[in-house]
This record gives sequence, C-alpha cells and structure tokens, in this order.
Amino acid sequence: MTETPTISIRGLVTRFGEQTVHDGLDLDVRRGEVLGVVGGSGTGKSVLLRTVVGLNRPAAGRIEVLGQDTGHLSEGAWRSLEARWGVLFQSGALFSSLTVAENIMVPLKEHGHLPGRLMAELTALKVAMVGLPPDAGDKFPSQLSGGMKKRAGLARALALDPELLFLDEPTAGLDPIGAAAFDELIRSLQQSLGLTVFMVTHDLDSLSAICDRIAVLVDKRIKVDTMEHLLEDPHPWIRSYFHGPRGRAARHAEA
Amino acid sequence: MADSGASVNAREAGGELVIGLKGAWTVRSVAALDQAMAAIRPGGARKARFDLSGLVTVDSAGAWLIARTRGALAAAGVEVKLEAADEHQKALIDKVLAAGLPEPRGRLPHHYLIDILARVGRALIEAIKLGRDLLSFFGAVVIGFLRLFVEPRRIRFVSLISHIEQTGLNAMPIIGLISFLIGVVLAYQGADQLRQFGAEIFTVNLVGVSVLREMGILLTSIIVAGRTGSAFTAQIGTMQVNEEVDALRTLGLDPLDVLVLPRVIALIIALPLLTFYSDILALLGGGVACVTLLGMSVQQFLTQLQAAVTMTHFLVGLSKAPVFAAIISMVGCFEGLRVTGSAESVGRLTTKSVVEALFLVIVFDAFFSVVFSYLHI
Repeated sequence: MTETPTISIRGLVTRFGEQTVHDGLDLDVRRGEVLGVVGGSGTGKSVLLRTVVGLNRPAAGRIEVLGQDTGHLSEGAWRSLEARWGVLFQSGALFSSLTVAENIMVPLKEHGHLPGRLMAELTALKVAMVGLPPDAGDKFPSQLSGGMKKRAGLARALALDPELLFLDEPTAGLDPIGAAAFDELIRSLQQSLGLTVFMVTHDLDSLSAICDRIAVLVDKRIKVDTMEHLLEDPHPWIRSYFHGPRGRAARHAEA
Repeated sequence: MADSGASVNAREAGGELVIGLKGAWTVRSVAALDQAMAAIRPGGARKARFDLSGLVTVDSAGAWLIARTRGALAAAGVEVKLEAADEHQKALIDKVLAAGLPEPRGRLPHHYLIDILARVGRALIEAIKLGRDLLSFFGAVVIGFLRLFVEPRRIRFVSLISHIEQTGLNAMPIIGLISFLIGVVLAYQGADQLRQFGAEIFTVNLVGVSVLREMGILLTSIIVAGRTGSAFTAQIGTMQVNEEVDALRTLGLDPLDVLVLPRVIALIIALPLLTFYSDILALLGGGVACVTLLGMSVQQFLTQLQAAVTMTHFLVGLSKAPVFAAIISMVGCFEGLRVTGSAESVGRLTTKSVVEALFLVIVFDAFFSVVFSYLHI
C-alpha cells in the first residue's frame, strides 16, 4: 500500500464575498483512517467538506481526492470519481418523495446497471447493515425519526461501496444513546468495508470514541494531531475546547 | 476498470462442490455474476468450498452474492467453507452475513380491474372525508367569527390590514390588466358575430351584462384563488412545518384567531372591492374596443350601456364576491393547516388548495345562476 493520502489539500483558500474562510489550508487524510474535523461555529468545517466534494469552488489551492486533482477533471472523470465516495448530510438529505429503499436505489440505478431483483436484495442488505428494521425500506423519510433518517442517509451514502465517506455532523440531534450507537455503527462499517472517513463533528464523545486523528480549524488553517497531543496544545481555542467541562467529561467517560 | 475480469466457476470433485471466484467482485461487476451464482445447486455434494484465492477485490455487493449462495447451500444441508479469504474479505462477508439474509418480499397477486376499483373507492372515501373536514373547519371559522362580535378585541387589526394590502391592493395591477384585456376580447369577438345580423350595437349589451354578472367576479376569483389562496396555504403550511402553529397553541393563542380569521375577513373585504374594480376596467376595455375597433362614438357606447345594464346586474355580480372570498380563503387556510411533516407536502397541498378553491367557486357560481334564474333576477 503506497502512502498516497486519500485526500490531499494544499494551500486552500475559500472566500464568500469579502469574508475569507480558509486561508492557505493544508490537510492530508490517510487511507483507512477516521479523521474528525472540529472548530468553532463559523470556522468553515462544513464549507471544507463541501469544497472537497465539489459543492463549493475554492478561490485558490489544490485538492486531490483518491489521487485525482479535482480542479482539473472532465465531466466523465468527475462523475466516476463521485461514485467512489459517499456523503451523509447533516439531516440525512433523503429525497422526501421517495421511500427509503428507493432513496438507496438512486445511486445504484445511476451507476450500477443491476437486474431489479439483485438491486432489491442489495438495497435490503444496506438497510440491514445500517441497523434499520426490514420494514423501514417501504417508509417515507417523513415517517422516520431523526436517528433513523441518518441511518437511511448512511445506507444511501454506502450504496455503491465507496472508498471514502464524508459525514457532516453525523451525531448532531441524536440522543446520547443513539449517538453512541451511530458512532459504533460507523466504526464497524469503517473496519469491515475498509473506509476512509472524513467526519465534521461537534461531538466530543465521537471524537474520542472513533477518530484516529483530529483536525482542528483555527485561524483559517488546520491543525491535525491525535487526541493526546492536542490535549497538550497551547493554542487558547484548542485548550478551551478540549479542557472545557464537556471535553473533560468526554475523556473521563472514555477512561 | 470496466472489465473487472470477474468470473465464477463451480465444479464438483469427489462429493465436494468447489466454487472458484476470480477478479473484482464489486457493485459494477455483480450484474454479470448474479445469474451464475443463483444457478449454483449442490447436486449430490454434501460439502462445498468457496475458493477465494483468485479474488482481487470484493465489496458488499460481491460479498452479498457469496453470502446468498452460501445461505442457499447451507439451507440445502450442505456444509460450507470459505477458503483463502484474506482478513478484510472475511470481515466483510461476515458483516454481510451478520446483517441477515433479507428476503425481498414478493408483491401480492393483483388484478388491474380490481386495482382501478380500489383506487376509485379510496379516492371517493378520501373526498368524502375531505368534505367532512372542510365542513367542520367552516363551522369552526363561523363560530370564531361570531365570537369576534362578543369580544371585538380579539380582532387582530394589524394583521387584518396587512392581509388586505397583500390580497387586495397588491393584486390590483394584474387584475386590472387582465380585466381590461378580457373586456377588449369580449367586445371584439361579440362584434364579429353580431355584425352578421347587423346588430353590432348589441356588443355593448353583451359586454355590459356578461362582465357585470359573471366575468368580473369569476375572473377576479380565479386570479385571487391562484394568487392568494395558494399564498395562504404556503404561508400556513410553512409555519406548520416549522412547528410555529404548535408554538402558537402552547403560547395560549388560537391559530384560528391569529392565522385564519384575519385572512378570511381580509379577503371578504378585499374581493368585493377587487370585483368592482375589475368590472370597471373590463367595461373600460370593452368601451375602448368598441370605440377604436368598431368605430362607435363614446356617446353611443355610454347611451347603449346605460340602456343595457341595470343596478341588478351589477349587484348580482357583486353579491357573489363575499361568498367566493370566504371559499377561497377558507380552503387556503384549511389546506395550510393540513400540512404535516415535510416541506414536500406544502407544495402538494398548495396545488390542491387552488384546485379545490376553483372547483368550489365554479360550483357555487352555477348554484347562484340557478337560484337567480328561479328568482327571475
């Protein structure tokens, strides 16, 4: 396994009008790791995710995903690259006019060209793998709870067995038990499917439970390290983040 | 990448079924392998072995085919082994097996005639339920309205005035333009036909009577249903989705007082005014057409108009306005309050609200015509 990082960002600059969100940001995500991205509100965590998956155009910088420079790809190459990653949006972003099963079939139909029966089997398999009950497939998103929507969104993101999974606040809005179960689910899927996970989160428990490394967005750049090293970091924001009452509680629970 | 070289080869050797898998078993290649894997039967073998040494990559779709065949063989009483699976592949197949073997449920047998019948029946019951709910909503609004006389301070004046502005004043340009043009069209088409009898002068009667009795009010109601009825549904529906309506209830405010009554009363005030305005502009349009296109003098037009229309014609048209206003606004609010859950239902119910309002307006218009003709008005 050569050590080309799954995602490699160099000198990224993102701007919205006058406001600069990222200024010369560098980041490497290694193959097979779970990277948690944290930062205060408005520091551009979700913007970073959206930029990497191509929903925002950066003002400057170079982004390589799975060895390909996303800035210079043909339409076709971009589409086949997109099929190699899955994205879970914050509230699931399920298509509300389709059932859960039909939602999962959308990427399968678009990229898979499978016979109908096999597609139904694979869909049912994905439903089961994310821990939804079998009858959830026939339900519409509006009939599901928040946690079930996220699971269904995860099933859709995993439909094509991507190598890379982007998660935007996967545990936000879930109760602690549901959040822990979701962390556990992501960890076990990541291990069995060999995924690389890029996870934007606010959840300190998730960070300590499933992330291999943590990327902290401060001062429009990013600082990546393990939890242990970040705890020693002198930067005031990082200190108050990990040493605040919630940070301490999460680490005690872990210990 | 397109040719993954994925293949499967099953052979029996000494009472043991050996299933050799080769290539990349991924979601892109499984379509071709599905049939071959489904066709594997144990035959006489009591043991089976999956030889995975040739497998390059496998994802959960490929693992599913392996797990499915393995399950089928095991169900037939065959002892199954996985051989030469690397750590990662084994973990994946185990994960897929652990997820269980989902049985895609078959559809129940059905007949298309029965389907049609069932659909008609379901639609009928839905329509009856809708009618009942609409009637009970109407009752609630009437009670709310009567309560305002006992407790006049419940009237929300600011909201009421704002709705009159939005539904009445802001609608004037579009209603004016359309009414004027319809007046022109009526005069022109009417004159074309009446000229054949040398009765061109009666164009004025045609325009005057039809505009005052029917066209003015109907046109205004149709535009208002499309413009205001839909807006009511969308506004209240969006509030439902954001749980704002529930928030009102928990704050001790009745959504009927806060949301529904100001809109209903505003439209009952605004629609007759708009109808009057539409009548005038349609007559003006008809007049302009008569004068410019048909060569009538202004004097001639006005004299003929005065002879043709009476106050009754005008009042017949105007008397329908408050009724249509009540229908449009109540249907709009009713559908808005029926929104549940998703933003998608806001769009669906908005469409429904316009269609229902137009349907009811036309039904009531027909009803009015019958009643007026009985009364010889």
